[in-house]
Amino acid sequence: MSFEDIFRQHRWDDIKSAIYAKTPADVEQALSRSRRTPDDFMALVSPAAAPYLEQMAHLSRQLTQQRFGRTMQLYAPIYLSNECQNICTYCGFSYDNPLRRKTLSGTEILREIEAVRTLGYEHVLLVTGEAHQTVGVDYFSKTLPLFRQHFAQVSMEVQPMDRDEYEQLIPLGLHSVLVYQETYHEEDYRKHHPKGKKSRFGYRLETPDRLGQAGIHKIGLGVLIGLEDWRTDSFFTALHLDYLQKTYWQTRYSISFPRLRPFSGGLAPKVDMSDRELVQLICAYRLFSEEVELSLSTRESGQFRDRLVQLGITTMSAGSKTNPGGYAVDPQSLEQFEISDERSAGEVAGMIRQQGYEPVWKDWSAFQ
Amino acid sequence: MDPLIIAGRTFESRLFTGTGKFGSSKTMEEAILASGSELVTVALKRVDISNTQQDGMISMLQHPHIHLLPNTSGVRTAKEAVYAAQLAREALETNWLKLEIHPDPRYLLPDPVETLEAAKELVKLGFVVLPYIHADPVLCKRLEEAGVAAVMPLGAPIGSNKGLRTLDFLEIIISQSTVPVIVDAGIGAPSHAAQAMEIGADAVLVNTAIAVAGQPVRMAAAFKQAVMAGREAYLAGLGGISVHANASSPLVAFLDE
Repeated sequence: MSFEDIFRQHRWDDIKSAIYAKTPADVEQALSRSRRTPDDFMALVSPAAAPYLEQMAHLSRQLTQQRFGRTMQLYAPIYLSNECQNICTYCGFSYDNPLRRKTLSGTEILREIEAVRTLGYEHVLLVTGEAHQTVGVDYFSKTLPLFRQHFAQVSMEVQPMDRDEYEQLIPLGLHSVLVYQETYHEEDYRKHHPKGKKSRFGYRLETPDRLGQAGIHKIGLGVLIGLEDWRTDSFFTALHLDYLQKTYWQTRYSISFPRLRPFSGGLAPKVDMSDRELVQLICAYRLFSEEVELSLSTRESGQFRDRLVQLGITTMSAGSKTNPGGYAVDPQSLEQFEISDERSAGEVAGMIRQQGYEPVWKDWSAFQ
Repeated sequence: MDPLIIAGRTFESRLFTGTGKFGSSKTMEEAILASGSELVTVALKRVDISNTQQDGMISMLQHPHIHLLPNTSGVRTAKEAVYAAQLAREALETNWLKLEIHPDPRYLLPDPVETLEAAKELVKLGFVVLPYIHADPVLCKRLEEAGVAAVMPLGAPIGSNKGLRTLDFLEIIISQSTVPVIVDAGIGAPSHAAQAMEIGADAVLVNTAIAVAGQPVRMAAAFKQAVMAGREAYLAGLGGISVHANASSPLVAFLDE
């Protein structure tokens, strides 16, 4: 069995109708439970939950503090390449977007590593487009050990791979993999991914299963908010999480909720999500899963991020560069998306401390 | 208070503490000092192993009465635990180890199979092993036979603040243990700590309930008092609890007739 079997039992339109039909009584019932089901999650992301946001925020803060303490983990994304054979309508690295392509060489990687180490980071996220000739498994096999020598925790956000490829990379220092479904709306997914390997919806959908089978430490899930109805997409994310937690019980999970950001030549969001709605979603995830890590990137504004430190978020990036070589090698290359919070890592850490929280740079050692 | 001896080391305080979840290293230091704790556990994964002198957390724990108890949080197997223990011994210069193997990242419940295997190996390697385990009396006996210095059964899932949900099993463990019993995990209020001491636990370990309290330093002091009170009550001998009133119509009085 894989998640696809569960996914096929749910029809998008039925789920959407069920969410929009939720009542205040459903929300109150969901709030009163000590363990919440995917059905409760539907109530918590529904429009009916909007008047209960204050209560949700208090619960979310309390649960997060109890589980994670007054701490905030920090990480930096490192873009290794913007080469990509996929067409994705919303992405700056899309194959059809004319820009200068770049993949970092070994020596360039070392310069980037040095720059990011100087900022204090111990946890990094490696990002590439999907270009099997240049940034395939061989490239990562050579690259991961370089990072592993300098950082405590190395994560990847790259193309989905086969199970045996993950099994090859994990012993080299791969701690976690982020693989966002973008949208669980299959037809829309095809519209947004017309060309390249990414157009295979099912292969992407089953990637967390392959990661779990390979024994990865952590899997990151999420959808790109703005492509489709966020409430329905988030329900499928929660359903996916629920399945994975039960099936691959030795793996940890994190969720991100990127809102579509402008980039040069890009698509405007089909669906807007307000700040208030994003807070509702974050609280709903926390109430649904006390232990899931919730991550907020520099896509969001500094002002907004400051307010979310205490509401359920456990992980933040800071001072991010979203272009290959952005920290040292080639700061001017074209970025994947415009970041919104442009403060340095030190400034963000200071903001976290000011709120009585401890910035955590290192929370992992590879004991093998 | 009567001292506690573990592996030849004497402790005046029966309250052990942790270092996670505090809002700042300074608050952590103040709370630990207020608790009077002499044994403080540190997650090796949070420590800069290559440079412990510069590590922000370790530097706050440099007090003569405080002994560090490195823990192996984050490992999933006996093999990883043994490796982590060796790193800890080298980096923190202590052979004391809180052995934690919880492959389940959701409830952080300890794996009995891997823990027993690792304990055997670590005892052979000369470690003072304090294993974190479920409140399983048989496992405690097996670990004792393996040569651990104490056992650390849980009161409730770690970080849950739910109190002594495993009370009946803790009582069995305490009644038959030949090594100190330290109730670890789940203690959410000073009253829970006092209760653990009243039933005869040798010590308790408290982290979340102090770190996440509104005022951690004040809460640490409250726990200190509760542990002392609980120990005193145990030593004083608690009166039995009578469930029934004395029967007004005796059933066996006829025997005296």
